[in-house]
Amino acid sequence: MAAVSMTVNGHSVTADIDPRTLLVQFIRDNQRLTGTHVGCDTSQCGACVVHVDGKAVKSCTLLALQCDGSNVTTIEGLAAGGVLHPMQEAFREHHGLQCGFCTPGMIMSAVDIVNRKGNNLDEHTIREELEGNICRCTGYHNIVKAVEAGAKAMAGSSMKRAAE
Amino acid sequence: MYAFTYHRPETIRQAAGLLSRKEDAKLLAGGHTLLPTMKQRLASPGNVVDLGKVAEMKGIERKGRAVVIGAMTTHADVAGSPIVQEAIPGLAALAGNIGDPHVRNRGTIGGSVANNDPAADYPAACLAMGATIITNKRKIAADDFFQGMFDTALEEGEIITRISFPMPGKAAYMKFPNPASRYALVGVCVAKRGSEVRVAVTGAGASGVFRWAEAEAALAKRFSSKSLDGVKAKAAGLNADIHADAEYRAHLIGVMARRAVDAAVGK
Repeated sequence: MAAVSMTVNGHSVTADIDPRTLLVQFIRDNQRLTGTHVGCDTSQCGACVVHVDGKAVKSCTLLALQCDGSNVTTIEGLAAGGVLHPMQEAFREHHGLQCGFCTPGMIMSAVDIVNRKGNNLDEHTIREELEGNICRCTGYHNIVKAVEAGAKAMAGSSMKRAAE
Repeated sequence: MYAFTYHRPETIRQAAGLLSRKEDAKLLAGGHTLLPTMKQRLASPGNVVDLGKVAEMKGIERKGRAVVIGAMTTHADVAGSPIVQEAIPGLAALAGNIGDPHVRNRGTIGGSVANNDPAADYPAACLAMGATIITNKRKIAADDFFQGMFDTALEEGEIITRISFPMPGKAAYMKFPNPASRYALVGVCVAKRGSEVRVAVTGAGASGVFRWAEAEAALAKRFSSKSLDGVKAKAAGLNADIHADAEYRAHLIGVMARRAVDAAVGK
């Protein structure tokens, strides 16, 4: 066993874990935050995307111990005070999902894209930047629309970035 | 994944000590090859030495006519570095096309080079640009470093600390990515420095990255994609799998090489 400490959605957490524990297992099983999903478990599908120190990463391909001392934001950390984050609201408004399994990862990636590329995103950029997120339902059409609208909405929002 | 003991050194010296002292120890850089391999139980190191907190292995600096990149520098940091973008734009572009954004936030240049995956992008840049692989023990020319599929000149207890790229006059990398994995089905890096032209091919060779001598000779006469008209890569010794047979890969080598030359001259 090994000790690990990190900040998850603004809360300091400490635990004694098996070194094999992946970050996604730590988030889901230890912290009981099950919004982050395990899809492929091979760092391809992006259902497990969270932010570590402000950068989007695939939490299925990271040991929790590698994140010792880090600041982690999951999908649960986006909404504040019962109000959806603008990107979440945009996915709802534009119906950027069907089954919803990929949605947490899509939204965490989308917020990361805005943080890196700004609020005015064209379709080509969005599609290229969503390379690491796979959706098997929608054909991406509404996801792209949602990301474009969410990016614009983030410009006028107090929740510009993920709550870190 | 089988159980292991986790170590988190803070200096290269500590990491080297752990690597040689601990039985069956493996270095963990970005972890985007090692962890999936461990999950599949294709690797089961007893000790994992995480280099993530070794600050001296991160960063990018310009040293005279070379760009020196710390082994633990991520692909995203290489792609976004103003130093690399200015000095070797083709290298920044290569880093910006590895995997996907999340992979680029974790994967490192040192991990990629040490692993020498036959379809990885960085080995082609190292070989074409004549990079020097700097370890905790010595300096190794890229020509001597890559020794076959997943095989390098690294010895037991040796750690890549930095990679030095001499600035080419012109250089570019073009790849035909596997649409699922984004690894190179074929990737070609061309670099011209003074009168020397080097062409390195990744993704295609059964023994990993290799130099394409015929193309180098043709481009040394005149550095233009037209010089490659009629220069054909041989299918012998190339990979053949469900994604592409050897003939197709040979054809792609020519296409990617011409595109890389065009990109290098700004066409």
